[in-house]
Amino acid sequence: MRALPVGDDALLVEVSSGEEAQALHAELVRRRAEGLLTAGEIVPAARTVLLDGLADPARLAAELTAAELPPVPPPPRETVEIPVRYDGPDLAEVAAHWGVAEAEVARIHAAAEFRVAFCGFAPGFGYLTGLPARYDVPRRATPRTAVPAGSVALAGPYTGVYPRSSPGGWQLIGTTDTVLFDHARVPAALLSPGTRVRFVPVTAAGGAA
Amino acid sequence: MTDRALAVVRAGALTTVQDRGRPGYAHLGVPRSGALDAPAAALANRLVGNPAGAAVLETTLNGCAVRPRSTVTMAVTGAPCPVTVDGRPVAWGAPVRVPAGAVLEAGAAVGGVRSYVAVHGGIGGEPVLGSRSSDLLSGLGPAPLTDGAVLPLGQPGAGPHARVDVAPQPGPPAELVLRITLGPRDDWFTPDALRTLTTRAYRVSAASNRIGLRTEGPALERARAGELPSEGMVLGAVQVPPDGRPVVFLADHPTTGGYPVIGVVRPADLPSAAQALPGTPLRFVAVRRR
Repeated sequence: MRALPVGDDALLVEVSSGEEAQALHAELVRRRAEGLLTAGEIVPAARTVLLDGLADPARLAAELTAAELPPVPPPPRETVEIPVRYDGPDLAEVAAHWGVAEAEVARIHAAAEFRVAFCGFAPGFGYLTGLPARYDVPRRATPRTAVPAGSVALAGPYTGVYPRSSPGGWQLIGTTDTVLFDHARVPAALLSPGTRVRFVPVTAAGGAA
Repeated sequence: MTDRALAVVRAGALTTVQDRGRPGYAHLGVPRSGALDAPAAALANRLVGNPAGAAVLETTLNGCAVRPRSTVTMAVTGAPCPVTVDGRPVAWGAPVRVPAGAVLEAGAAVGGVRSYVAVHGGIGGEPVLGSRSSDLLSGLGPAPLTDGAVLPLGQPGAGPHARVDVAPQPGPPAELVLRITLGPRDDWFTPDALRTLTTRAYRVSAASNRIGLRTEGPALERARAGELPSEGMVLGAVQVPPDGRPVVFLADHPTTGGYPVIGVVRPADLPSAAQALPGTPLRFVAVRRR
């Protein structure tokens, strides 16, 4: 674990894997909830956790560097289920990367258990991990100028769902009607770091596939 | 519709509603947003007797004109500009009484970029995650003003407007000097690049916006190839995209990013960055971490 100072009030804590970043994030959130840590923002990402709005970043850096990495906490009991029509325009390309038939993509994807590693890109956009590493796919060579809201997409080790229409370079494998972000709802974001997620295949008519 | 409202007569090039933004939600991908020149917005609020966090209008270069439906106290701060009420000149940087149905106009900035227009009671409307700010990156909050739009006003508090004629304000910078602490990813750049950043002259690019201050000047060369996995970004982060020209992250910056951050600008220097016109000479000065 390495703690890099960021400006005067922030620290970027670097670890060696996404799992470690999730574990560290959970631990820091726990510490803050118990009043042991004062931080304005705790932002997990692929291999790091950013802490912003710290009173004494140098002291926390020393403390964290000396500490053992916490174990990955057990996943939360509740699982968010996201119904998906596996009808994305990049299904064939993903199937080719995976070396499977198109129909298999849906089966493999829906069988995996996902966890939100971190959020970013847009409010409510989660980077979900859970597929075995052999199913990593590259981004599209040319990003789309408009990816429709609700698109279920893959890039690298991640699955994501576009909360609203935006440009994007991920491979689109399906569509959901689930609303990922609604500022009038509490909580506004369906997915937050640590959330457990399953994708449930449905047919175009809305029934179970 | 009550008379606690403001009609937009001239929206201007880009006028948005801003308060102190919505910090604390970066882990959900929600940018902080908020007034770019926060001290100017706070001063405008103080002049009209609002709490510092009330929502104001942030204009861009050519001001805006609004017509309150009831008599209100208003004030214009930030980028200096001619201020008129029904065409008659009134003071900039001071509380102004605007009769019901009269038009207050903040004209084109004579220096700087962003003027702030405060109204007693603040701009109203339903807050989104605790803020009324327009976030131009993610689209949260009210849309930028359009001609003919009507904005609700908040309930005025008991606070009286300030008893001042004209409040002193810093002028827009002729040269923008940004103090920067190096890191966290300064080791992604060559020693030459670090020297270049902190000794050579840059200019503010016309492509700057609420997301970032873009620069023109010598490109910064990386010491290593490859991609950095996405990581959390702070306000004032100086990110270096593949073209090598540093970008200073402002209020609507993305919460995570994959280009290396060579350093971070002191937050106290960001209000002047918000007022620097395209073409303004810019220097980055390395300072020690406090």
